[in-house]
Amino acid sequence: MKIVQSDTKARVDQITSPAGHPVTVLRFEGDIASTSKDAVLGTYQALPKESAKIVLLDFTKVDYINSSGIALVIQMLIEAANSAQKVYAFGLSAHFTKVFTMVGITKYAGLFPSQGEALAAL
Amino acid sequence: MIAAKATSVEVRLPSRLGYEKVAMSTAAAVAKLMGFREARIEDLKTAVAEACINAIEHGNRLNEALSVGVVMNASEDSLEVKVIDDGKGMKGLPHKPDIDRKISGQEDPRGMGMFLIQALVDEAEWVAGANGKSSYVRLMIRLDKVAD
Repeated sequence: MKIVQSDTKARVDQITSPAGHPVTVLRFEGDIASTSKDAVLGTYQALPKESAKIVLLDFTKVDYINSSGIALVIQMLIEAANSAQKVYAFGLSAHFTKVFTMVGITKYAGLFPSQGEALAAL
Repeated sequence: MIAAKATSVEVRLPSRLGYEKVAMSTAAAVAKLMGFREARIEDLKTAVAEACINAIEHGNRLNEALSVGVVMNASEDSLEVKVIDDGKGMKGLPHKPDIDRKISGQEDPRGMGMFLIQALVDEAEWVAGANGKSSYVRLMIRLDKVAD
């Protein structure tokens, strides 16, 4: 079946914060919707829980997030809470920053405008 | 900005996830022509997309033999969007998601669409159709006079 939602791509980068903390960055691209489960949750679940203690989500190249996509992010936060991981995010548009704040995600994932500002705070 | 004049635009979508973006883009184009601020257009896009997703998934139950109607009525100072499906209508009104209950597993991580719709537009109402068909959600956003 042809689906018009664009495929979600995910890439993992390992970087170090200025304070010296190892940070795992999940960089998403495309739509984040119900079809994004493998890209969002699958990529996150493949991370080694014992070493990926700080996870940073990059939404810079994401244009469209719907409620199913937000639910995937929340599922990730549930698993992160159970694995003593800290999750942060950056690159959301002003609109999706508002939406994430409205649904309460900011209580469990700090949001930053850019990667640089996120890393400086970690 | 296009001169204020009552205008109607209609879109018919297949009951297939992803096609909500067609309605979303159309509503955004109409709102832009009317002179809405960019931030309000983004609110409208999310509300229309969520209304269409509900219609596709819950109203028409992903039955591709059924379509979703999206009717946009632009007036001088507001834009009304009706999203019509062949379902029985939504039961109950949206509730504010409780992130603590979601994280602790006491509440489904999903189920935020209706809340987002209500939170992002000036008016939202869900109307059950007669004989269990042609139910619709009606959204309305008003032009921000300050931005005119």
